[in-house]
Amino acid sequence: MVSSYRSIVSPKTLAKFGAAFALAAAILYGFIPESGHGEQNRILLTGSSTIAPLAAELARAYEKAHPGTRIDVETGGSSRGISDIRRGLADIGMVSRALKPTESDLVSHLVARDGVALIVHKTNPVDGLTSDQTSALYTRKIANWSAFGGPDQKVVLVHKAQGRSTLEIFLKYFGLSDDDIRPDVVIGDNEQGIKTVAANPSAIGYVSIGTAETAIEHGNAIKLLHLDGIAASTAHVADGRFPMTRALNFVTKDTSSPKAADFIAYAQSDSADALIRSLAFVPPKR
Amino acid sequence: MSRQSADRLLSIGLMAAGLLSGVLLLFIVLFISMESWPVLHHTSLSTLLTSTDWRPSMGGFGLLAILVGSLSVSFLALLLAAPLGLATAFYLSVYAPPKIAAFGQKLIEVMAGIPSVVFGLWGLVTLVPIMVHLSPPGTSLLTAGIVLAIMIAPTLTVFSLLAIKSVPMATVQSGRALGLGRGTILRTIILPQARPGIVTGILLALARALGETMAVMMVAGNVVHIPTSLLDPVRTLTANIALEMGYALEAHRAALFMSGLLVMLITLVIVMAAGFKSDGTDKAP
Repeated sequence: MVSSYRSIVSPKTLAKFGAAFALAAAILYGFIPESGHGEQNRILLTGSSTIAPLAAELARAYEKAHPGTRIDVETGGSSRGISDIRRGLADIGMVSRALKPTESDLVSHLVARDGVALIVHKTNPVDGLTSDQTSALYTRKIANWSAFGGPDQKVVLVHKAQGRSTLEIFLKYFGLSDDDIRPDVVIGDNEQGIKTVAANPSAIGYVSIGTAETAIEHGNAIKLLHLDGIAASTAHVADGRFPMTRALNFVTKDTSSPKAADFIAYAQSDSADALIRSLAFVPPKR
Repeated sequence: MSRQSADRLLSIGLMAAGLLSGVLLLFIVLFISMESWPVLHHTSLSTLLTSTDWRPSMGGFGLLAILVGSLSVSFLALLLAAPLGLATAFYLSVYAPPKIAAFGQKLIEVMAGIPSVVFGLWGLVTLVPIMVHLSPPGTSLLTAGIVLAIMIAPTLTVFSLLAIKSVPMATVQSGRALGLGRGTILRTIILPQARPGIVTGILLALARALGETMAVMMVAGNVVHIPTSLLDPVRTLTANIALEMGYALEAHRAALFMSGLLVMLITLVIVMAAGFKSDGTDKAP
């Protein structure tokens, strides 16, 4: 039996154990990532998952033009972008909203804009809602589509999970509090919101306009609702007519490194416009 | 290099690997505990476990509704999966013709390896629109239970097949020689010997159900409240982490780590129970 052999702890076994432990520790130590912050030509971006695909595309183009530079993009939400910058863990934070007054220690650099719009199932005859109607829907003062000339169906409210920046923009725009809303479905990202509404003829939700436009092109059974009479489209976000929009920002400390500043300058230049449009976002007026 | 020293090197290497996995688990538990600790500055452990008020932005960190959500989804899934998974295992091991049995077993193994997000997407775009007809919005405890059941049934079948195969052929053949029917052989010879292994499979399937995240998040509705019907939405501990972790800071983040710690502890208890059960098999005469 193995157990009787093991019960004798000879110095040799102890030495073996020690060697094994040292080896294990060495392997573990090897896995601990070095802080890349100090490296010369590496730029680390962390934060909003909305901005990440855009940042990755910008990074690829920038790396091509600047051989030897490496840019890494990691997601984790706008909050992570803020906290990583504060703790010095990243060079640039990605934040998909305007900075709050409590975040005045940071500097934001506008890279693109995005609109947030209401979506319903493609078969829903309702084409648009006013702000008051939307508030009434989400607070359940109106609970049936027939009130807006739609079918006699109970409205299914699709709502975002706490902390999502689309949620914050939605609440702020309609002057609602998260406590007033008793949703039927709580979702995470835009993609899940689109799939959930497409599966549900009586649902209403809100997602990024750019993502919704792309999804509609790919045949998802949703449609964008007009808001207060204005069509929800990236074109109307660009000309400033569509009101519910958000800023997609790069955020740094006021003492940002030159390499980060150079990448931000590139992201804010005209040459980034085509990339921004290709990801269904809107380049800001420069 | 002498044979003896080569042997010693190998032994040291293997011991290091073993230690590594043990130490890693310990580190993970330690890390999660440390990260979830700060939430106790905001709420007491008893409030955390007995309150259903989950409003992190308002300082509400009650995990009870979410804990109930996790447990109800997992047990519902097990309830649906166990008959299906066990019946499949019994059919493939005792009743099916050899060719079908071999093919079926490969199929089940492939199914057990399908990434969970695939099941989640299938649930969201196929199952939810069907469930909408039953009761909108179609994302519910029941839908999540069905998707999870389909995911864990293969796990259950694989473990049950293993347990049944470990029953000595000689006893089964003696049964046949005595002219017993296949049903009788299954009931009186195979099941009593394979039971501990099957129970282990059931417990591990339950652990998998508890830990599942993406698939559940897509079809469960994720509203925080204690479900009163199968058609109510629920949020699980794992979905809670996936939904909010990217956006959480400070106490909220710690509360999410506490969600993780809870899942981990429940899973550990289940896996330990499973280990206890399979020890029983080893020592069985």
